[in-house]
Amino acid sequence: MEYIIIIISAIFVNNIVLNKFLGICPFIGVSGKIETATGMSGAVLFVMTIATLVTYLIQNYILIPFGIGFMQTITFILVIATLVQLVEIILKKVSPSLYQALGIFLPLITTNCAVLGVAIMAGQQDLNLMESIVFAIANSIGFGLALILFSGLREHLELAEVPGPMKGVPIAFIVAGLLAMAFMGFAGIV
Amino acid sequence: MNQLKNFTKGFIKENPVFALFLGLCPTLGVTTTAINGMGMGLATTFVLLMANIVVSLIKNFIPDKVRIPSFIVIIASFVTIVELTMQAYLPDLFEALGLFIPLIVVNCVVLGRAEAFASKNNLLSSAVDGLGMGLGFTFALTLLGAVREILGSGSIFGLKFIEGDGMLIFILSPGAFIALGYLIVIINKLSKKGA
Repeated sequence: MEYIIIIISAIFVNNIVLNKFLGICPFIGVSGKIETATGMSGAVLFVMTIATLVTYLIQNYILIPFGIGFMQTITFILVIATLVQLVEIILKKVSPSLYQALGIFLPLITTNCAVLGVAIMAGQQDLNLMESIVFAIANSIGFGLALILFSGLREHLELAEVPGPMKGVPIAFIVAGLLAMAFMGFAGIV
Repeated sequence: MNQLKNFTKGFIKENPVFALFLGLCPTLGVTTTAINGMGMGLATTFVLLMANIVVSLIKNFIPDKVRIPSFIVIIASFVTIVELTMQAYLPDLFEALGLFIPLIVVNCVVLGRAEAFASKNNLLSSAVDGLGMGLGFTFALTLLGAVREILGSGSIFGLKFIEGDGMLIFILSPGAFIALGYLIVIINKLSKKGA
């Protein structure tokens, strides 16, 4: 039951993009086409889950026992940056087809604040190991859902006639606002 | 290079938020009030200034291959300094900004300036660039925060000027997207871009 609440809360109620404002850069940047949005979501799912697992272990078995919790920000970002490189190298060797699909998105993920944000949030909410992993997977699904929905909307926007100064990013923001409003309908189900 | 031009370019022409669309997560996340936006902006300005100074000082000693990780370590150190200082002296603001303080580390504005400007220019230009960009970012966040606070709760910098509540939607998440969207429209219109 615990897990179901974590999942529903992370995907719908507290959607990481539309409610917590994490990962806005890729949300605006790569949402032009559904295809690239799907690729990015896959890459985020992959990295976010591994990153949360590793940072959980570091937090609980290194930082806390040695009383150096203030090093959290530095350690986490270095771990994530290294991890992204590692995943890239391993993927290239083990599964070239998956690397083809996700390759170009991997380097971008280091600066995706959703990954670092979820790792820190999992620590703040005192989740245990299993809950942290479920939390990371649910959040990346929430990220993917918002990104893919939004890219579908933006593909339609391409065809719409928009006043000059609103073209491109401004209209995307306003549409994102409407999407966020729709997601507010889920508030209160958990 | 003309230092004055270097300093002012961050305000409108190359404003990180309105023109370059960088650092959008804190822009949308913390701007429920003007004062929060300003606090976040100033914290980012400090990190930006210090990171630019240090990067431009040691740029000749860093091997090219480990450039980005080194920049990240430098930025993360200053973010930690801001985090601990704020926790000690401004606990209310620290509480309000929450998660977004450690996330300054992944703010693309900071890494972007270190990589694109400070690693190629001298100390003075880099410091001026960092300060200008930071203040431009602060300006954008304060403006967005003020708009959302005026529309959402009918006050500015905490001073209430209408009775009762405003349009609550502007304090909630959809209002952030919509307010920023329209601010960019207005700025595009004024600067005649795409008009």
